[in-house]
Order: sequence, then structure tokens, then C-alpha cells
Amino acid sequence: MAAAEGGKIDPMHQFLIEPVGGSHWVVGGYDLSFTNSALWMVVTLVALWLFMLGGMKRELVPGRWQAAVEGFTGFVSSMLTSNVGPAGKRFVPYVFSLFMFILFANILGLLPFGVVPGVHPFTVTSHLTVTGVLAIISFAIVLIVGFGKHGFHFFSLFVPHGTPPLMIPLIFVVELMSFLVRPFSLGLRLFVAMTAGHILLKVLAAFVINGINMGPGYAALITLPSFLLMIGITLLELLVAAIQAYVFALLTSVYLNDAVNLH
Amino acid sequence: MPQISQIAATYASQIFWLLITFGLLYFVVGRGMVPKIVATVDAREARVEGDLAAAEAARLEADRTEEAWRADMDAARTAALAETNAAKAQAAQSAEAQVKAADAELAERLGHHDLAIANAKAEALASLETVAAEAARDLVAKLSGVDVTVDQAAHAVREVRAHG
Repeated sequence: MAAAEGGKIDPMHQFLIEPVGGSHWVVGGYDLSFTNSALWMVVTLVALWLFMLGGMKRELVPGRWQAAVEGFTGFVSSMLTSNVGPAGKRFVPYVFSLFMFILFANILGLLPFGVVPGVHPFTVTSHLTVTGVLAIISFAIVLIVGFGKHGFHFFSLFVPHGTPPLMIPLIFVVELMSFLVRPFSLGLRLFVAMTAGHILLKVLAAFVINGINMGPGYAALITLPSFLLMIGITLLELLVAAIQAYVFALLTSVYLNDAVNLH
Repeated sequence: MPQISQIAATYASQIFWLLITFGLLYFVVGRGMVPKIVATVDAREARVEGDLAAAEAARLEADRTEEAWRADMDAARTAALAETNAAKAQAAQSAEAQVKAADAELAERLGHHDLAIANAKAEALASLETVAAEAARDLVAKLSGVDVTVDQAAHAVREVRAHG
């Protein structure tokens, strides 16, 4: 491992962004290099595209692959229908793209590509810039749909039904704050969950490696339990990968419901 | 933490490539493929629903046909029964009429025979009286020598017979 310098394993090294091939592309003062992060975005895109391609046979009686793809589209469209109502069908392309991108990025980041020499897996969704942009896109769609559909009446979202007139200014401010916090909580939740899981896995992996290096006694005492724990945590992280993608898509559809139906 | 410490150096590249990949994903997969897959699922559901409705309609039709068949059968059975009864009644009636006719004929013939017998009897009785009168006249003539007429003898015979 590149991070194992002098016997030390840096659990943060996995999050380091560096240009593929080492060349920086600076365009108009901005560094738009094709980094390892961009590479894994492309890998996610291609993997998802290939997965979806298997569902495009459009047979009356679906095969296994087509049934899997239809399961995902059905899952997203039923989530939108149950949260937003019939108007939610409009958002299926966006929420599906969001859900599948996060899900594939999370799972690809967990897969043990590191066993192939020279390949360093990278979790795109463990970066605040990525999750933040996705959260901002979701929030922007909510604002555009909300103001586009209801105009200034959209502000009535911040005054729940049955609020006493005296309380309206205070409630308005509180509701507005909670509304404005949404993109941050949305982006931070995914970023923190993925980062924490990957750090935990890397720390445990360091225990396993260092335990082996320190001799058989330490190996039995440290490596074995750490390795067993790693197996469990890896399974848990696979679950978290799916749950975080679901939470992101679910919250987006809940917010879209506010924008479309105003409570 | 590279996510924070590298943010100033990498945000442009991150956002740029995310917008490219996510944009491609949205337009190619989200807008291009997902509606087709959803349409396939919807078409399948509509097809299944249509097939189920057709099967239900066919079942109802079959029920109706069976009901009509049963009604037809019932009507035919009733008609056959009525016809049988009518034929039976007619047969009984005609048999009765025939028996009656035969009875009448027999009675008529019996009547004729009775009449003939009565005639014969009367004739016989009449001839018996004549014979008796002649015998009585002969007896009287032989015993007393009195010559009585046949009419007187017959009168006497009639008197004897009447007083028994």
C-alpha cells in the first residue's frame, strides 16, 4: 500500500485526490484535472449504464437482469408516488439517477479492488464537494418547483396550519431555518457516514497488518479479532451504503412533496 | 482530512466532473432509459390487467352460456313431459272411446239377441198354448166325447195356467 510508509498506515490517505497520471489541467484559472475521484465517477457512470443496459430488453416476461433493473425503477417510482403522489412521477428520472449514482458509488467504494495491483478504490460519496453538489441540486430543484408552482405562496410552507397568529413570526423563522439547513444535513449525512465507515475499516485493516508484523502472539491477540470485526463491519457498511442512498433519495422526495403539495 | 484540507485545490475539478458524469447519467440513463423501462413495466401491468379482465369476461360469458343451456334443457324437458302427458291422455281417451264403442256395440248386439230370444220364447209359448189347447181338446174329446173347439180349449188352458 502506498500509504504504508515506515510501518504507518494513514487511514486518511484513501480520501486523497490526485490527478490520474499526475497531469494538472488548468482551465481559466480552475484546476479541472481528471482525478482519481473523477475516474471513479466515470466508473460509477459506466457501471450503472451497463447495469441499466441489461434492463433494456423490454421483454414481456422479464429475465433476471431485467427484473432487477425493473425492481430498482419500480422502487424509486413507488417511493415518489407514496411521498409526493401522482405528480411525483415527473421526478422519477432525477431521483432514480440520484439514488443509483449514490448507491453504485457507495458500493464500488467498498469493493476490494485494492487486491488488483495498481488499482486504488475511491469512494466518490465520501467527499463533501460531491455530496454537497448533489444536495444543492436537490435543494435547487425543490426551490424551482416550489416557487414555480406556488409563487410567493410557497412561503406558507413555513407557517403550519393552526399556528396561533401571535406565534407566526417565531414559527416562520424556525421553519425557515430548518428549511435552509436541509441541504447541509442532506450533504453532510452521506459524507460523514461514508467517511466514518471507511476510516473505521482502514483502522481495523491497520490493526490486522500491524498485528501480523509484530509476531504470532500479537497476531492471535489483535489480528484475528480485528479481522473478524472487519468482516462484520464490511457487511454493515454494505447495508449503510444502501441505506444512505435510500435516505438521500427519500429525503429528496419528502422535500419535493413540500414543494409540490405545500404540506 | 483530505476532504477538507484539499477542498480549495480540488473543488473545481470535483464539481466539474460530477456535473459531467451526473449530467450524463441524468440525461442518458434517467431520461433515456428509465422512462422506457417504466413504460415496459406499465405496459406489462396493463397487459396482465387486460388479460385478467378478458378472462373474467370469458368466465361470465361461459356462465351465461351454461345458464342459457340449462334453461334450454329445462324448457325442452318440460315440453317433452307435456307432450308425453298429452300423448298419454290422448291414448287413454281414445282407448276409452274405443272401449265405449265396443261396449255399445256389444250392448246393441246383446239387445238384438235378447229380443230374438224373447221373440222365440214368446213364439214357443204361443205354440205351447196351441199344442196344450189341441191336447186338451183331444183329451176332452176322447174322455167325454164332447167336441170342444180349439178356442174353448185354449181358453181353458189359459185359465188353468193363470190360476196355476
